[in-house]
Amino acid sequence: MEINELEKTAAAIRVTIIKSIHAAGSGHPGGSLSAADIITALYFEIMNIDPQDPKMKDRDKFVLSKGHANPAQYAALAERGYFPKEDVMTLRKLGSKFQGHPNMNYVPGIEMSTGSLGQGFSTTVGMALAYKMDKSTGRIYTMLGDGEMQEGIVWEAAMAAAHYGLDNLTAFVDWNGLQIDGRNDDVMKVAPIADKFTAFGWHVISINGHNMKQILAAADEAKHTKGQPTVIIAKTIKGKGVSFMEDQAGWHGKAPNDDECAQAIRELGGEQ
Amino acid sequence: MADKQATREAYGQVLLELGEKYDNLVVMDADLSGSTKTGVFKKAFPDRFFNMGIAEQDLMGAAAGLASSGKIVCASTFAMFAAGRAFEVIRNSIGYTHLNVKICATHAGITVGPDGASHQTFEDLALMRTIPGMTVLNPSDGNSAKELIRQAVAFDGPCYIRLGRASVPQFYGEAPDIKIGRGNLLREGKDVTIVATGILVSSAMEAAESLKADGIDARVIDIHTLKPIDEEILIRAAEETGAVVTAEEHSVIGGLGSAAAEVLSAKAPVKMGFVGQLDTFGESGEPDELLAKYHMTAADITAKVKEVLGK
Repeated sequence: MEINELEKTAAAIRVTIIKSIHAAGSGHPGGSLSAADIITALYFEIMNIDPQDPKMKDRDKFVLSKGHANPAQYAALAERGYFPKEDVMTLRKLGSKFQGHPNMNYVPGIEMSTGSLGQGFSTTVGMALAYKMDKSTGRIYTMLGDGEMQEGIVWEAAMAAAHYGLDNLTAFVDWNGLQIDGRNDDVMKVAPIADKFTAFGWHVISINGHNMKQILAAADEAKHTKGQPTVIIAKTIKGKGVSFMEDQAGWHGKAPNDDECAQAIRELGGEQ
Repeated sequence: MADKQATREAYGQVLLELGEKYDNLVVMDADLSGSTKTGVFKKAFPDRFFNMGIAEQDLMGAAAGLASSGKIVCASTFAMFAAGRAFEVIRNSIGYTHLNVKICATHAGITVGPDGASHQTFEDLALMRTIPGMTVLNPSDGNSAKELIRQAVAFDGPCYIRLGRASVPQFYGEAPDIKIGRGNLLREGKDVTIVATGILVSSAMEAAESLKADGIDARVIDIHTLKPIDEEILIRAAEETGAVVTAEEHSVIGGLGSAAAEVLSAKAPVKMGFVGQLDTFGESGEPDELLAKYHMTAADITAKVKEVLGK
């Protein structure tokens, strides 16, 4: 896909994020919008996947370790053709397969149930080990939040991934700087993220997480990095694309009302 | 047949057999492979063994990832750190996902001995029992441990297997008639039923023998599968013998006693007594000394039976 098409797709995914969270009446718009460009790039350009055959052998796999951003993942999977977009509008409703946090046994294309922070990342270590054992050409991708890096299991997994030289594993950090109680720097400092991963033995790339060109170039560099896993630290804006949500901790876990939803869709250039 | 064997020793031995049988069997550990006996597998199948270091949460998370990729995973560490420290990773990444991970947790209970209270877990069966879809096993000797582990590895889904450090009497034969989910009637009796699990099964047999002298005819049942529990054998025992005493090397809160009471209070209420760790922490000591001090011996079972029967 061309860069401008990827950007258009990301905008469409942002519209679905807003609509589905509005329909649900709860959810996490801020971190879904900050993650949207990377998730779009993964599903539409970077990964070798087949919506007609979600369990294809040697496919690339993506685990959303920051599981609360799953409206972005559901929207991307729908846009990619795994299921109809209307289905996603049942998000968080009783009986829906689109649970508040992703369930691998309900939704095609979801590779791991996540939601409890840090655990998705840890499971990707196992997935990457399995692909190594099987001499698979498939690659494993994951995305962590910045606040998520406060979980100890993240560093256990980071140590193991480097120890086993998992160069088939690429992690994105969605570094929007905010978490529920405020700025990372105020709640519990996670910086310097790059130095931490370097010390743990990872190849580190820093990018602007809303620049498609940079996202694709970083993923390509990761693919060609041998002997160690790669982390792509993506500086992002929480709530990106919706003026009143941008860089506001208050939009971490709150649904827009009718007026806010209409305005957000207008700003994103979507159809009401 | 060895007279005595620790269930962890049996685990190491059966892993070798299973490694030959299943080429997708992977074994993982957290820096205790000498103690848990997974080191035996590592030596035979180095490409299918992963040491995750002293990081039990990542042990369980990575196990889930391997299982989601089609591997059968046996993940081992001490029971305290498997069921305890990594509980929520097991709950969300192995239980909620219903992945094919066998958590083979060793050094359970007070018989871990001199390491003391920090390493003596009495909570693991209670914790694991609360996870939907989790099969919970507690073998009583080496031979039954091997057979239950064979059966656990043969089905697709999460399973917790409790194993011990200390050598215990081997009273099942080499090819025991034992099946996950079905309690084993080890001794007929009509006055009371002793329902035991794990290493207290052999103590229950001893207790039943000594109760003969007091004219008490005790039935003994081995509940090696805490979940799904064999309701039928418990209900029949309650109806036919009229009293039930449970015995386990685990807290009396949440383990076998609670599981049996959940069934019997609803379906066949009878007077019950509970032998196990009484809401207290342990301490350093030799296994036999500790079992005696904390009231988990054959004599304690005998006393509890008499108390329940009012004799």
